[in-house]
Amino acid sequence: MLFTSYEFIAFLLILFAVYYLIPKKYQWMLLLAGSYLYYFYAGPFYLLFILTTTFTVWATGILMTRKEKQEKSFLSSERGKAFTKDEKKAFKAAGKKKRRRIMVLCLLLNLGILAVLKYTNFTINNINGLLDIFGSENKLSFVDLVLPMGISFYTFQAVGYLVDVYRGTVKAQDNFFKFALFVGFFPQLVQGPISRYDDLSKSLYEEHAFDWKNNVSMGLQRILFGFFKKVVIADRMLIAVNEIIGNTEQYTGMYVFLGMIFYAFELYADFTGGIDITIGVAQVLGIKVAENFHRPFFSKSIKEYWRRWHITMGTWFTDYIFYPISVSKGMLKLSKFSRSHFGEALGKRIPVYLSSFVVWFATGFWHGASWNFIVWGIGNYVVIMISQELEPLYRKFHARVNTDGNTAYKIFTILRTFLLMSCLRSFDCYRDVPLTFKMFGTMFTTPNWGILFDGSLMGLGLGIFDYCILAFGLIVLFTVSMSQRKGPVRARLATLPYWIKFAIWFGLFIIILLAGAYGVGYDASQFIYNQF
Amino acid sequence: MDELLEILSDLHPEVDFENEEGLIDRGILDSFDIVSLISEISENFDVTISAEKITPENFNSAKALWALIERLDEEQN
Repeated sequence: MLFTSYEFIAFLLILFAVYYLIPKKYQWMLLLAGSYLYYFYAGPFYLLFILTTTFTVWATGILMTRKEKQEKSFLSSERGKAFTKDEKKAFKAAGKKKRRRIMVLCLLLNLGILAVLKYTNFTINNINGLLDIFGSENKLSFVDLVLPMGISFYTFQAVGYLVDVYRGTVKAQDNFFKFALFVGFFPQLVQGPISRYDDLSKSLYEEHAFDWKNNVSMGLQRILFGFFKKVVIADRMLIAVNEIIGNTEQYTGMYVFLGMIFYAFELYADFTGGIDITIGVAQVLGIKVAENFHRPFFSKSIKEYWRRWHITMGTWFTDYIFYPISVSKGMLKLSKFSRSHFGEALGKRIPVYLSSFVVWFATGFWHGASWNFIVWGIGNYVVIMISQELEPLYRKFHARVNTDGNTAYKIFTILRTFLLMSCLRSFDCYRDVPLTFKMFGTMFTTPNWGILFDGSLMGLGLGIFDYCILAFGLIVLFTVSMSQRKGPVRARLATLPYWIKFAIWFGLFIIILLAGAYGVGYDASQFIYNQF
Repeated sequence: MDELLEILSDLHPEVDFENEEGLIDRGILDSFDIVSLISEISENFDVTISAEKITPENFNSAKALWALIERLDEEQN
């Protein structure tokens, strides 16, 4: 059931109506039933996987909490009180070690399920490649595996919860069904955001009264804007992107550059549009889901870009992979060793450099089981590390040249970041590492800039009407992004006279109906991040 | 505390660490800074700051960070 399908709209309308008609104490149960119905519709067999993750993580959380309570009650008993300070310390450390073992087992099981389903065929493919290199004629056969919808998202969300329970930053959820709702909450199941339990649970289980002004109308407006991004911009842009990347012999040079730029806007409109629908649906229900984007195309460096694009994934990797590795005892020892043997400068860099490599490798691998995603991840790592190394140079430059408040310099840094990210994203476009390099190279060897003016762009599957709609759509996105600097746009629109508000939202609705990429020649496509 | 302020100033000479109370919330320290900081703290104060202690409450100001170091020193040494 795609977010942009009629079935989903019908499903939402019924759910919204029933949600506000039933007694409020049953609202979260309705959401659970709705979420599982939604998931069942995607594939009944998938339920087995989400239920396995939900049950094992929930049970492990309960078990760890029970163990910790037992330790605490022992320490407050007569025998525990008789312990010396060192004995208490050792007892606590042993308890924590036991709980860590339980957590690690559960993590291995769940990440193992994800790894087997997502990466088995990738591994087989690589083994076959190696066998080929060594001249063996034996080949392993590929395995027919299903990848349950949203497994990367719900597994990460559940894993984050479990680590938080172990760390003691959240209290384990006693109620299995409430926990099942946290893992399977339908609007965010297919493409995130990857919510944190302490964040989402605050409003997920609460009773919500019908609040037209603050929740329902605001949520519906956000859904509408999400649809606009998806069906008017992303799905239209997709036609030209598919044409360019699907015909690599024909579309070289300037076409590759155009493809990169089109893909940047397509991905942005597709992913942020999907997240707008997710957050909007949750808002209609009175539930607050974390924001996943903060005007990323206005970033002035790649580091900043990654703080503003797919925010919940970035913070997940930082909190659950980057920090645990970089401040682990082993890493600190390695840093100390490197300081004494290779000098202060290298020793200081070791934790950041090694942990970042792991994070970016994992980020690439998480996006897809293929080398292009791994190279894309490592490409990001290389660029971030180079800019990290160049920081002293930047500081010297800024000490000599005052760029504060210089709009031209600001625009230059924004464009530089946008182009750099677009170049890296071409690995995602062509999905083949050597081909990406080859196509990238043609930008410098094929001087066909004339295609911008000689009508060749009309051969990319888009007509003049489509380009006008795209230009209009991008102007709207740009204007909204610029307005967001002054605060939430919808809240400001709400203060306008009624007829202006009505004209804006009704106009947007009509544009979606009339200018959405539907029908013959258009591909009612999935959201890009659904595949992860 | 002076030694900690010195480490922090090496990372960001432009920041007034004695008075700044939003090092994380205002995005002054990023994840790379935090890891470098923890590595320096481990080297200079002989305390280990684990990942679960990396919270805005502990890292938002030099004072909060110093309080964490003292607490960990008590627990670990």
